[in-house]
Amino acid sequence: MRQITILSGKGGTGKTTITAAFTILAKRAVVADCDVDAPDLHMLLHPEILETGEFRGSKIAVIDETKCIKCGVCREKCRSDAITQNLTVDPFSCEGCGVCTIVCPVKAITLTERISGYIYISKIKYGFMVYALLNPGESKSGKLVTVVRQNAKQLAEKEGNNLIIIDGPPGIGCPVIASVVGADAGLVVTEPTMSGIHDLERVLRLLKHFNVRPFVCVNMYDINENNANKISRFCEENGVEVIGKIPFNPVVTEAMVNGKAIVEYSPECDVAKEVAAIWNRLCTELSLR
Amino acid sequence: MIVAVASGKGGTGKTSLAVNLAISIGNAQLLDCDVEEPNAHLLLNPKITRQEPVYRLVPVVNEETCDYCGECAVFCQYNAILAFPGKILVFPELCHGCGGCILICPKKAISEEKNRIGIIKEGFAGDLRIVFGELEVGEPMAVPLIREVKKRLDKSRNVILDAPPGTSCPVIETVKGSDFCILVTEPTPFGLHDLKITVKVLEDMRIPYGVVVNRAGVGDKKVYEYCREKGIPILLEIPYRRKIAELYSRGVPFSLVMPGWTDKFQKLFEDIKELIGD
Repeated sequence: MRQITILSGKGGTGKTTITAAFTILAKRAVVADCDVDAPDLHMLLHPEILETGEFRGSKIAVIDETKCIKCGVCREKCRSDAITQNLTVDPFSCEGCGVCTIVCPVKAITLTERISGYIYISKIKYGFMVYALLNPGESKSGKLVTVVRQNAKQLAEKEGNNLIIIDGPPGIGCPVIASVVGADAGLVVTEPTMSGIHDLERVLRLLKHFNVRPFVCVNMYDINENNANKISRFCEENGVEVIGKIPFNPVVTEAMVNGKAIVEYSPECDVAKEVAAIWNRLCTELSLR
Repeated sequence: MIVAVASGKGGTGKTSLAVNLAISIGNAQLLDCDVEEPNAHLLLNPKITRQEPVYRLVPVVNEETCDYCGECAVFCQYNAILAFPGKILVFPELCHGCGGCILICPKKAISEEKNRIGIIKEGFAGDLRIVFGELEVGEPMAVPLIREVKKRLDKSRNVILDAPPGTSCPVIETVKGSDFCILVTEPTPFGLHDLKITVKVLEDMRIPYGVVVNRAGVGDKKVYEYCREKGIPILLEIPYRRKIAELYSRGVPFSLVMPGWTDKFQKLFEDIKELIGD
C-alpha cells in the first residue's frame, strides 16, 4: 500500500484542489482529509457518509462546587493557566492533564471526557473518503489526524485499495507531523511568493526529519516567474524534484464555486492538464501502476 | 487595544492584512503568532535587536531511584511515559509539560530538563515593533512558543496579533485575551465554510469580531449573504488585483505602493475602536 501526503507549510497554496484532482485521476483510492481544523475536500468530492464515529480525544477538569474549599492550589499548580481567578475551569485553556485532580486537598476535581470531534467514513464516486471535524477550539488535532489515517488504512485494506491520498493541514506542527509520518511521499504545494519559499524550506526539512520522500510542485508559478525559478534552483541544489508548475487560472475558483474538482470541471484547461501530468509523473516515480 | 487577525482557511491574506494594518496605524506592535510558518517579517525586513531561545520542560526519570511502579505512566494523559518492569520510556514529543508525573511519583524519581522548541526574535521596522517565534522543525507543540511570544506584548502600543490558520489550540492561544478579532476570508465556498467554523470559536470565546473580505470579486456572493444574515460587520473589502498578488510575492506590503490604502487601514482601525467602544 502507498500513502501520499499533500502538504504545503503555508496555507492556501492549493493542497485541496490538487488532492481532489488526484483522487479522481487515481480512479480508485481512499482519500483522507487530515485538515481536521478546516476540512474543505468534501465540498469538491461530495462524500456519502456510511458511518460516523465520535472522537473522544481530550478530557476536561470539572470542579465540584459543593466540595471546593476555594484554597486555590489548583490555580497555582496548573501550568496551562486554565483555572480562573474565581476558581473555575477555562475550557479554552484546559488541556486535560489532570494535575489539578491530584493537588486538590479535598478531591473536588475530576477529569471528564468530552467529545472532541467526529469522524466520517464515506463513499465517493472514485473510491472512499475518510474525513473528520474537530470541534472548534479543540486541542487534539494531531491525535484526530492519526485516527483518520488509521480508519483510511483499515478501509483501504478491507476494500483492496492500494493507495491512500492524504490532504494535509498547513503548518509544520503536530497535525502536520501526524499527516506525514510513515507516508511514502510528500508532495509540497508551494507558490512563488517570499512566504511560499520560506515555508517550503521548513516543510522540506520536516519531510527529511521524518524520512518521507519529497516532491515539490509550484502552483500559480506565473504570478512571479522569478521566484518560481528561485524555487526550482533551491530544490535542485537540495536534491528535491520539482514535479510540475501549475499556471494561475481563475477557472480553479470557478470549479470550486461549482463544487467540482478542476479535472472534472474543465478537463481541457491548462491547470487540469498540468495536474494530470504531475499525477502521471508521481505514479511513475512511486511505481503506482 | 489588542486586535487579532485570524481565519480558518490558510492563505486568505491574514499576514498581508496584519502587516498593512500595523504599518498604517502607527505606534504599533505586531506579534506574529504563526510560529510554525512565520511570514510577517518577510514583508517587513525588520532589524532584529534581540533573539532568545525558548525551551519547554520534559521529564527525566532517575532510574536509580525509580522502582518502576508505573504511576507516572498511568497518570499521564498524553501517553508520554511508558513503564515496564525494569524499564521506563519517556516520549518528549508527546509531553505537554504539565508536571503531573513529578507530583505523582512516590519515589521523587522524576525531574525536568529543558527541551529547546524554538526561538523568539524581536526587532523593528520604522516605528513598528515586531515579535515573532520560529518553531524548531520536528517539534510538534506550537502553543508553548505562542505563549512566549505573547508574553512580549506591549500594551502601550496598538497590538496586532497575526494568528496561524485553523481553529484549534494554536489559534485559541493567539486570540485569547484580544479585544477584537478580524476574520479574513475570501468569497469562495472554502472561505465561507472555514469562516463559519471560526465564527463559532469566537462566539464561544465571546470575542467581538468582524470580517475582511480579501480577493473580493472572485468566487460567489455567499460570504456576503452569510454575514448579512448573521449581522456580522464587513469591515473592509480588498479587491482581487494581480498587482496586489505580485507585490505580496515580492514581499512588499501593498499599502506602501498603492495609493489610498493607508487611509483605508487607518479607518478600519478606527471602525474597530468604535465597534468595541474603545
